[in-house]
Amino acid sequence: MSDTNNDTSNNTPRTLFQKVWEAHTVRELPTGQTQLFIGTHLIHEVTSPQAFAMIRELGLGVRYPKRTFATVDHIVPTDTRIRPLSDPMAEAMMSELENNCRDFEIELFDIPSGQQGIVHVIGPEQGLTQPGMTIVCGDSHTATHGAFGSIAFGIGTSQVRDVLATQTLAMASLKVRRVNITGKLGHGVYAKDVTLAIIRELGVNGGVGYAYEYAGPVIDAMSMEERMTLCNMAIEGGARCGYVNPDQTTFDYLRGRSRVPKDQAFDRAVEIWRAFASDSGVVFDDEIELAGESIEPTVTWGINPAQNIGVGGRIPNPSEVPDDERASIAEALEYMDLTPGKRISGTPIDVAFIGSCTNGRISDMREAAKIAKTGKVDPSVRALVVPGSHEVAKLAEEEGLDVIFREAGFQWREPGCSMCLAMNPDKLQGREICASSSNRNFQGRQGSPTGRTLLMSPAMVAAAAIAGKVVDVREVI
Amino acid sequence: MAVRSIDKVSGTACVLRGDDIDTDRIIPARFMKEVTFDTMGEHLFEDARKAAKGNHALDNDAYEGAQILVVGKNFGCGSSREHAPQALMRFGFNGFIGASFAEIFAGNCTALGLICVTLDDEPLAKLMDSIELDPGQDVTIDLESRTISYRDGSIPLTIADGTRKQMLEGTWDAMGLLLDAQDKIETTGNALPYVSGY
Repeated sequence: MSDTNNDTSNNTPRTLFQKVWEAHTVRELPTGQTQLFIGTHLIHEVTSPQAFAMIRELGLGVRYPKRTFATVDHIVPTDTRIRPLSDPMAEAMMSELENNCRDFEIELFDIPSGQQGIVHVIGPEQGLTQPGMTIVCGDSHTATHGAFGSIAFGIGTSQVRDVLATQTLAMASLKVRRVNITGKLGHGVYAKDVTLAIIRELGVNGGVGYAYEYAGPVIDAMSMEERMTLCNMAIEGGARCGYVNPDQTTFDYLRGRSRVPKDQAFDRAVEIWRAFASDSGVVFDDEIELAGESIEPTVTWGINPAQNIGVGGRIPNPSEVPDDERASIAEALEYMDLTPGKRISGTPIDVAFIGSCTNGRISDMREAAKIAKTGKVDPSVRALVVPGSHEVAKLAEEEGLDVIFREAGFQWREPGCSMCLAMNPDKLQGREICASSSNRNFQGRQGSPTGRTLLMSPAMVAAAAIAGKVVDVREVI
Repeated sequence: MAVRSIDKVSGTACVLRGDDIDTDRIIPARFMKEVTFDTMGEHLFEDARKAAKGNHALDNDAYEGAQILVVGKNFGCGSSREHAPQALMRFGFNGFIGASFAEIFAGNCTALGLICVTLDDEPLAKLMDSIELDPGQDVTIDLESRTISYRDGSIPLTIADGTRKQMLEGTWDAMGLLLDAQDKIETTGNALPYVSGY
């Protein structure tokens, strides 16, 4: 591990990563790792029950119950919420979380609270996610919270146990790669396309050992929700966390949110938050640049998120690629049953899914609704819109977006993770192919062992739903 | 906390070819609908095995009882689910040799006392070929000497110094270490404005 992150001398410019890391260092461990204090611990029903069982078995409690927040998202049905849930195992998981939160006095954003939603949607929404914090959750998309200039990453269940019991983690430091997106984005190009383009450029494991600092004019111009989409998929590029330096956009988003300090305390907080931004002149462990103008509306054609192309592009031909890529492309095309050399636009779809922690926020709903207004869902397509949280649903309904979607033939559902990972009843059937605003196109990811996923932006999904096939959203808007 | 030093894994090995094998493939999400890890081993690679119709490495009788799984690049990418290493462990694997591992997966393995070590492409290819030719041979991952030994000799392995130390000293389960610093945890927390108040 590079030791460039550990220089604590005051004169040396530091990255945000280094500043947050140092502020949260409890001590250096004999193993060479750091014992790191965790500011916000988010938990959900899938990866926490075993952790609670372990602390019970060890006779330990929850060290900072007020710094731990829970919600139900992965297994919740998005049609009916009547308890008990029809799936007994889902009901058992939900009850287990309720019991654990009650026994250990942890706040639960459950369905009756009106604040339930995908854990990475509600954290920012409630103002639990703040600049300069460390944030963990037993979920790899915790990287999302880095949009605020926090250091946020996914952990396993044993580490959930560690954080419950001690509010700390043993963790090795990371190097920092600055990812500059220059210029500006074209019409119909979204944060989702930027994050997919970065993954294609650097590969699915290009980020191992790194935190990504996203910067440059394109990132500066992004809204907080766009930055969340960007950081959300850092992990798909192998980077455990990605972040954006906090700026006025960040502070404006946070002002007035329920868990954010108010009045003069807010002004003091802003000064503290601002100081976490990477210093000018800091030397990064690595730096790359990508031109915003070069990014097209992007679609995956394979079985990992790096296997993507611009919507105008052609599906690669295994016989025309370097030797070391041939086997994985051939495997992907066999699974996807797509034709090498053919354009990705025009690929027929069976299902359209708009939602997930990547693209289930109000701005995603608005962009998709703009497209939904232009036509009706093709009769051959089953189309679902699943808001990321009750707050998102409420806002969307106030704006009449639910009506727009319904009238166009989309189903308007209750909030949850839904068909992103299909742990609830929302699943692909058989070989169905889904245009999806989610984050993973792995084999079987959307609930059918043979189901197929094409990742794209919510606007592109809406356009595909109406056309019944992949189309270039720029031709619609 | 119980301390168990782990210095080696020894036994037969199974070769699972392919890169970027994600945790959804290792344990499909629908099998995580459980409040314990008890049943994870039963569903290891379930969909991939069904799709391979008996031709999956895990269904090859020659690999029955293998302790070590030999894999390609970026094994365990994707979801942070500890259910993936739990499933592998409950199936019987205690050590993993690969070209590279996804970070969260490798961390989860360490927390369970499972060893992940890497090899360069060429020695890895030779090891895979050798095991496929002679699946009955013993393979040993030795952390003390940082070597993998098998029928064709002994080769140097790569593992992060910190992880190796955790294994050898029996601190791979970090809980004991973390609990030792109660006062310092409080001091660090109280120095943070969002804990003490802005």
